[in-house]
Amino acid sequence: MKCRELAEFLMDYVSGDLPDESRTHFEFHLSRCKNCHEYMVQYQMTVKAGKIACDEMSDELAGVPDDLVKAVLAARKTLL
Amino acid sequence: MASTTPVDDEATLVAQLRAGDETAFEQVVRTYGGRLLAVARRIVGSEEDARDVVQDAFMNAFRSLDKFEGHAKLSTWLHRIVVNAALMRLRTRKRKPEQSIETLLPSFLDDGHHEERFKSWDEPVDKVMERAETRELVRKQIDALPESYRTVLVLRDIEGLDTEETANVLGLTVNATKIRLHRARQALRTMLAPHFRSAAS
Repeated sequence: MKCRELAEFLMDYVSGDLPDESRTHFEFHLSRCKNCHEYMVQYQMTVKAGKIACDEMSDELAGVPDDLVKAVLAARKTLL
Repeated sequence: MASTTPVDDEATLVAQLRAGDETAFEQVVRTYGGRLLAVARRIVGSEEDARDVVQDAFMNAFRSLDKFEGHAKLSTWLHRIVVNAALMRLRTRKRKPEQSIETLLPSFLDDGHHEERFKSWDEPVDKVMERAETRELVRKQIDALPESYRTVLVLRDIEGLDTEETANVLGLTVNATKIRLHRARQALRTMLAPHFRSAAS
């Protein structure tokens, strides 16, 4: 397996969906190729960073523009 | 930006909404509006559309208050409504031509090796993400992904839909969805690399 294939199979590998035989080849390459190992680590960090950045509960996302509040409340009146 | 009021007693709030209490509506919009706007923004990609989506979502919610079941959390219920409203907006609006993602994907030499030597990201991701400016940066980079990739990444990795659900709501095949998710993650990695790379390497 070359670096190119490794990059292609990376998503299936990290989600545990790679069939056994391919996984063996994948892990053999990974054990010998620092660059692919680094790439995989960064790929996983990227996914995690996205989840953390968009965590809905973080306080920095709590603010709502005042004019949007007013627009929603005005629109509600039309429902009545 | 207005500050938010914590909701101590959701059941009371819902009862007030059902009774048509004006201050309760304002409290709901102020409490949840910002977070719902953030959800809408990352699905539809534009501030203007996101605002419309939030407004549509609140209208849908207010119209169907009687369908809200007490055992669900109000925030979860509103979240689902805003995701649906955002997806509806995506389906009905005209698609803009989008920029190619190819330049953000890894490139390979003829012998199959990576062209690039990846410099390590030394700091653990939890640590980097403790900084508010890094979280903001990551959100901006997600927003900057081409739409057809951003939507897949947001629905799969952030909203937690599975591949089949994502494929269904976006009208894609399962295989196309998987390919797009993988490319979106790879592109995002490339975009984050200059910021996440350790200073030492």
